[in-house]
Amino acid sequence: MYRIVRKKILNPTVTLMDIEAPKVAKKAEPGQFIILRVDENGERIPLTVADFDREKGTVTIIFQVVGSTTEKLNHLNEGDCLSDFVGPLGRKTHTDGLKKVAVVGGGVGCAIAYPVAKKLHELGCEVHSVIGFRTKDLVILEEEFKNASDKLMLMTDDGTAGEKGLVTDALKRLIESGEKYDEVITIGPLVMMKFVCALTKEYGIKTVASMNPIMIDGTGMCGGCRLSVGGKTVFACVDGPEFDGHLIDFDEAISRADMYKSFERKKHGDTCNLFQKEAE
Amino acid sequence: MANMSPVKNPMPTQDPFVRNKNFKEVALGYTPEMAINEAQRCLNCKHKPCVEGCPVKIHIPAFIAEVAKGNFEEAYRIISLSTSLPAVCGRVCPQENQCEGKCVRGIKGESVAIGRLERFVADYHNANTTKKQTRPPTNGHKVAVIGSGPAGLSCASDLAKMGYCVTIFEALHLAGGVLIYGIPEFRLPKDIVRKEIEGLCDLGVEICTNTVVGRTVSIDELMDEEGYEAVFIGSGAGLPKFMNIPGENLKGVYSANEFLTRINLMKAYLPDSDTPIWHPEKVAVVGGGNVAMDAARCAKRLGAEVYVVYRRGMEELPARAEEVEHAIEEGIIFKTLTNPKEILGFYDKENKRNEKNGTVCGIKCVEMELGEPDASGRRRPVEKADSEFTIDVDCVIMALGTTPNPLIKDTTKSLETQKWGGICADENGRTSKEGVFAGGDAVTGAATVILAMGAGKTAAAAIDEYIKSKSNNS
Repeated sequence: MYRIVRKKILNPTVTLMDIEAPKVAKKAEPGQFIILRVDENGERIPLTVADFDREKGTVTIIFQVVGSTTEKLNHLNEGDCLSDFVGPLGRKTHTDGLKKVAVVGGGVGCAIAYPVAKKLHELGCEVHSVIGFRTKDLVILEEEFKNASDKLMLMTDDGTAGEKGLVTDALKRLIESGEKYDEVITIGPLVMMKFVCALTKEYGIKTVASMNPIMIDGTGMCGGCRLSVGGKTVFACVDGPEFDGHLIDFDEAISRADMYKSFERKKHGDTCNLFQKEAE
Repeated sequence: MANMSPVKNPMPTQDPFVRNKNFKEVALGYTPEMAINEAQRCLNCKHKPCVEGCPVKIHIPAFIAEVAKGNFEEAYRIISLSTSLPAVCGRVCPQENQCEGKCVRGIKGESVAIGRLERFVADYHNANTTKKQTRPPTNGHKVAVIGSGPAGLSCASDLAKMGYCVTIFEALHLAGGVLIYGIPEFRLPKDIVRKEIEGLCDLGVEICTNTVVGRTVSIDELMDEEGYEAVFIGSGAGLPKFMNIPGENLKGVYSANEFLTRINLMKAYLPDSDTPIWHPEKVAVVGGGNVAMDAARCAKRLGAEVYVVYRRGMEELPARAEEVEHAIEEGIIFKTLTNPKEILGFYDKENKRNEKNGTVCGIKCVEMELGEPDASGRRRPVEKADSEFTIDVDCVIMALGTTPNPLIKDTTKSLETQKWGGICADENGRTSKEGVFAGGDAVTGAATVILAMGAGKTAAAAIDEYIKSKSNNS
């Protein structure tokens, strides 16, 4: 069993947890992910590693409540245990030789973008972070990004925090003002990553996107996480989760992501009702 | 005097039209009377060709003689000398190609039902014995086993019986490998697998689930830092193949691995499971092996009309005859001499937000005919001209075979592999890396449960020899 040693609500739908998993903490690197199961009947869900502490033996996960499993997870508290927690899975972010990078995160994706920015910053790379949220209440990790970036641009759709606009607006301005990036790293909603990649393609800047598709085992066994990259089928779990953003077929990935939407809606409703009943 | 009936005692089964709607076991097992009667068909012949046909060399005539006398526990003891998973093997071994294929009674009439007798004996024992296996005295030597499928379990069992301290590392949250995630409940109830694994734990074997060797820990670390003197790799062949035809990434296309894992490991067919699965109306399963039959029969139980699409003929189906028979009885439709060319997707041009956009709506196929034999000796299927046709389906399951996972190869120094990914190992399971042994599908590519068990057993003997010679020299 894997104990929750810290729980912090980051915004109304996003929660941070430190999980006691020494073996995973010992090996985890930015860009990799874990798979967890909340309880005995639980679904296996992948979550990207948000941080880790090798000495304490903990791994940090940050998740948004989007379905029944994350809902259940969100109802656990410090001291509770997860039934399963396995990893680290996938390949780590490639950071060698990068001198100047733009990290573009959106929404809860910023939780995954953050350790990448931090690692690059520690390696002496110049980091420009562009982070975007719908509105002020949903902003997470602003301080952390500030500390890990040479330049930070905070964007909100409605202008209630930082600047009003999309991350692509900010990125475009940076590029047009003459910033020369070795690479752009983008992590966030599929639609956002699609447009970030479309933008950087125009300017010929190498772009890496972190994918988080539906999967079961995370070791290459199910093939549920397959994506088309450069016309070839790849498995996000073992070949990724990061890929050349200019080669990813985002439309296919967007379509595949809602494969269980109707199931999820029903299950989510059931779970909500269940918690409601408990509350009564 | 032996029972000279030319046919086996038939296996009682659930009615096909009842069982194709539930996940309970299809074959119900012999009664003691049936078992004794069947055992009396064994001639106890001198040459024992059946034993030769068994990959783990069970003393078949000896255990059958005890069954004939009604000494079921003694029969169990004899079987246990050679195998650690009799309740599993009695159910899933391809006996017709092994022990039963060599049985003298099979020359005129049907062979002795060795598999059914093995199953009977194991089930009898499991139902009637509460006695736990005693833990042998430990010899203090540590061995790591990677993977808890048939190869790993049989290797661990033999080593534990010799006194080794064995730890099994399993990537998933449950032990059992393909016995748990692949083979469906109606063919191999998971309680049986659990019981066999508990027996192993009674022997002192430790099982670490949620541990991906190559990620959570590497083989080099196990040996250099954690004190394991030898490692057995029984990680199987888990990577699914696809056909690389258009439409394979549409919603509603599953690898058989994913489909079966959702159903068997994650229990997606039960209402209290959080794991989703599609409940399609019409399904095409592509492939003709045992895994294809399993996937087809699972889809049927989810309520679908099911087609098995296979490019050769009925005669060439690689699945066990019994599985094909069961599938036909349950109403699976076979489209043999048929090869898929493309999976067709649904797109609503008027409504881009239609949830069905990007889902499977059909599979375009061509008819095939058999030409000259190819390298494998099987007649090669060739396309018939102008024979294209479409089957309307809303789900396609690809059951085309699997290959070994490259994770261990990529993360272990000086471990040699074949071009196609199989780990290079000699007939005793020795790999190119000292102290590291391998067996089962990780070496051979996808094969059977019993061959993997045989390889695990052979490697256990080689590991014992290796560790003993090393300790003698030091």
